[in-house]
Amino acid sequence: MTTNDKIRLGIALEGAGWHPSAWREPSSRPRELFSPAYWTDLVRLADRGHIDFATIEDSFGLQSSRPFEPDDRTDEVRGRLDALLLAARLAPVTERIGLIPTVTTTHTEPFHVSKAVATLDYASLGRAGWQPKVSGRADEARHVGRRDIPEIVDYNNDPAVQAVVAELFAEAADVVEVVRRLWDSWEDGAEIRDVATDRFLDADKLHTIDFASERFSIRGPSITPRPPQGQPVVAALAHAELPYRFAATSADLVFVTPLDVASAASILDQVRDAEASVAREGEPLRVYADIVVFLDGEEPAAARLARLDGLGRPLTSDTRIFTGSAGELAEEIEALAALGYSGVRLRPGVLTDDLPRIVEDLVPALRHREALAVEDAPVSLRTRLGLPTTVPNRYSPALAG
Amino acid sequence: MTTTPRKQIILAAYVGGVNEHTLWEHPEAGSQIAFDTFRHVAQTAERGRFDYFFLAEGLALRERAGKVFDHDIAGRPDTLPVLAALAGVTEHIGLVGTLNATFNEPYELARQLLSLDHLSGGRAGWNVVTSWDAFTGQNFRRGGFLPREERYSRAEEFVRTVRELWDSWADDAIVADKTTGEFLADASAGAFSHTGAQFDIEGRFTVPRSPQGQPIIVQAGVSPQGRDFAAANSDLIFSPYSRLPEARDFYVDIKSRARAHGRNPDHLKIIPGAGFVIGDSVADAEEKARHILEQQLTDRTVQVTLEQVWNRDLSDYDIDGPLPDVDPDPEAAPIIQGRAFIYQDRFETVRKWRELADAKNLTIRGLAAEISPRAQFIGTPAQVADGLDDFIQNDGADGVVLGGHFTPGGLDEFVDTVVPILQERGSLRTDYSGTTLRDNLGIPVPERVGELAATA
Repeated sequence: MTTNDKIRLGIALEGAGWHPSAWREPSSRPRELFSPAYWTDLVRLADRGHIDFATIEDSFGLQSSRPFEPDDRTDEVRGRLDALLLAARLAPVTERIGLIPTVTTTHTEPFHVSKAVATLDYASLGRAGWQPKVSGRADEARHVGRRDIPEIVDYNNDPAVQAVVAELFAEAADVVEVVRRLWDSWEDGAEIRDVATDRFLDADKLHTIDFASERFSIRGPSITPRPPQGQPVVAALAHAELPYRFAATSADLVFVTPLDVASAASILDQVRDAEASVAREGEPLRVYADIVVFLDGEEPAAARLARLDGLGRPLTSDTRIFTGSAGELAEEIEALAALGYSGVRLRPGVLTDDLPRIVEDLVPALRHREALAVEDAPVSLRTRLGLPTTVPNRYSPALAG
Repeated sequence: MTTTPRKQIILAAYVGGVNEHTLWEHPEAGSQIAFDTFRHVAQTAERGRFDYFFLAEGLALRERAGKVFDHDIAGRPDTLPVLAALAGVTEHIGLVGTLNATFNEPYELARQLLSLDHLSGGRAGWNVVTSWDAFTGQNFRRGGFLPREERYSRAEEFVRTVRELWDSWADDAIVADKTTGEFLADASAGAFSHTGAQFDIEGRFTVPRSPQGQPIIVQAGVSPQGRDFAAANSDLIFSPYSRLPEARDFYVDIKSRARAHGRNPDHLKIIPGAGFVIGDSVADAEEKARHILEQQLTDRTVQVTLEQVWNRDLSDYDIDGPLPDVDPDPEAAPIIQGRAFIYQDRFETVRKWRELADAKNLTIRGLAAEISPRAQFIGTPAQVADGLDDFIQNDGADGVVLGGHFTPGGLDEFVDTVVPILQERGSLRTDYSGTTLRDNLGIPVPERVGELAATA
């Protein structure tokens, strides 16, 4: 078994956890959700605990119990910090864990995203990623006031709304393309510091990207030199054919949401079909299954979930909700790996309870089975995830010629 | 004898990104991009009890005649993530960044700056700049650019809107009572609505009230309109005047404008950029300063400085000869792009420069040396401390932004040798007095916009 066949583990950070009432658990620190100490404690635990990466959720609007519009609940966590800046705050105080913040493609300028993720890569010494996310909500568009996005009432039966969403994903693909070109707009070694010729740079190694589509145009080059990884890792969450195609076009990893083994197999087929339909070249998309996790402790996980469900809005999820022992979860993860999944991204039901159990119980269980990729040294995120670390620059003459 | 307490000098540390002043040829010059560079400068400044660390910004690489400048330092990280990362490796020092009000949106920038304030425990600040150039606009999908005459109105409304967003959560909006299940005190936390000439936005803001209430606002302003705008809206003014008496004239003018806006003038601080060269003796320091200036004024740097004003290719003129005998060409396509044009009138500038060159019998290079922003505080550590302290105590300013002439170690000598002297004189704190940047600067949190509206 090569390292590439082994499983990678990510965690998805979201407020107090993925259960709407997670903040009410005794261990939770709801008054500290905006304090760096809370996030530092959690992510350093994951860093020491051999978790390969942490994604940080974000959106352009306030959390809501409704998918396409705000709500007026007061009994759930509302408010959050900018995910990219939180990742940057965590970078110099962690050593190994990959940091993958969410940044929207709809309202954030790709030039800003490109230099921000590149800078996260510098600050983390090559551990940066980016989860691009489409913002399809009308209320989020009103936060910017530059364009109207219609209210989504009935996506499945409204062709006009489907067309708007398709356009948002097409724009997202343009945005990722621009960001990637900007990362390449400085060749490695562009900084020469040649006193004899009074040149700090070799200007021939800097490139305008001259991106133009029917949607917008961007010139470049970036103000930020090519980041340590060359291309930081791009990861997309996808639940349906359109986002699978976006991931196949634009991402290195895709997070998918199977509910069981059968749907896991079928989703994998759909992802491979999407790759074929967009004629993806190079490395295949690495596929990670999302699992919401409640692990057994003193209180059995199922009882804990039922108790939390009784406190307010019961948990519903787009993906598998696991309750049980670490050993049982390890078996499910191995089954996913056997299907061809590169790993899983765990969404802790209660961050302050389930993350420690993932680190203390699940990771040793997977290690005991020799299922987990083990890399204890600080390495780049690409290395940790088994992605090629020699990343050709599209503008280098060696490629062009 | 009456004794007036000494004014406390505000110190800020600056890392130059794209520029011709930082000597990349220096034997100790390090990376301009590695995070360790920024960590070194910020931690050194914190050791010297500086108020804040400052990063400038530029959103397009400089070009000459369509080609990237290759002779100066270029390539910088993104401002906000560097400051957020520095928040993790420092405890007290403020973290201030230049961020453009033209190529950002109020909602997003307000969110980022308030996030930085939370992530740093209340140490964030924003140097507001606007831009009107189409060249930079080509890097943004919004494209286009701001008509020059709208600069201040957009900046003013941008700052006002950001402040409304910062104030959109009440201090006690988050209850987080585990027993009752009440997380928010009411369902309208973060609700905002702003309608104006520049922005028409509404919704719910995602970041609660921050440790500092509001990050610090820094602005530059020289024209009467700019001075008034800064005096009305900012906490700190970044001034171009670092020599008496013109610095004191500016100081008096700004403080009286602040008073006219109903503000306590002590709550508006004035800080110019300044340089220093430290030597074992006066002669040694002056020799060092001359050497630094020579290295800064390379042939191409000098040529580009003039080309920016003439807007012509001047490569045929001898740098060690007389000034170009042609007039500026304002109609031609810009030869220099991506660099702030600080001269209002090309013809007037050339006229003044010719006068200066005639009067002092200067070559092109000599003129460039004469007009270059040179180090103001040159001498032994005691002389540098004297010069700086006199400048502050005589109301030239409230403090200075200091940049070393090489990165990242250029500030070390100042912190090691000048800071202790200033502390001994009682002009510089020996320890931080508060936990937030506002605490340390002595600038109170403004009233919440929402509360003002509610009582109106």
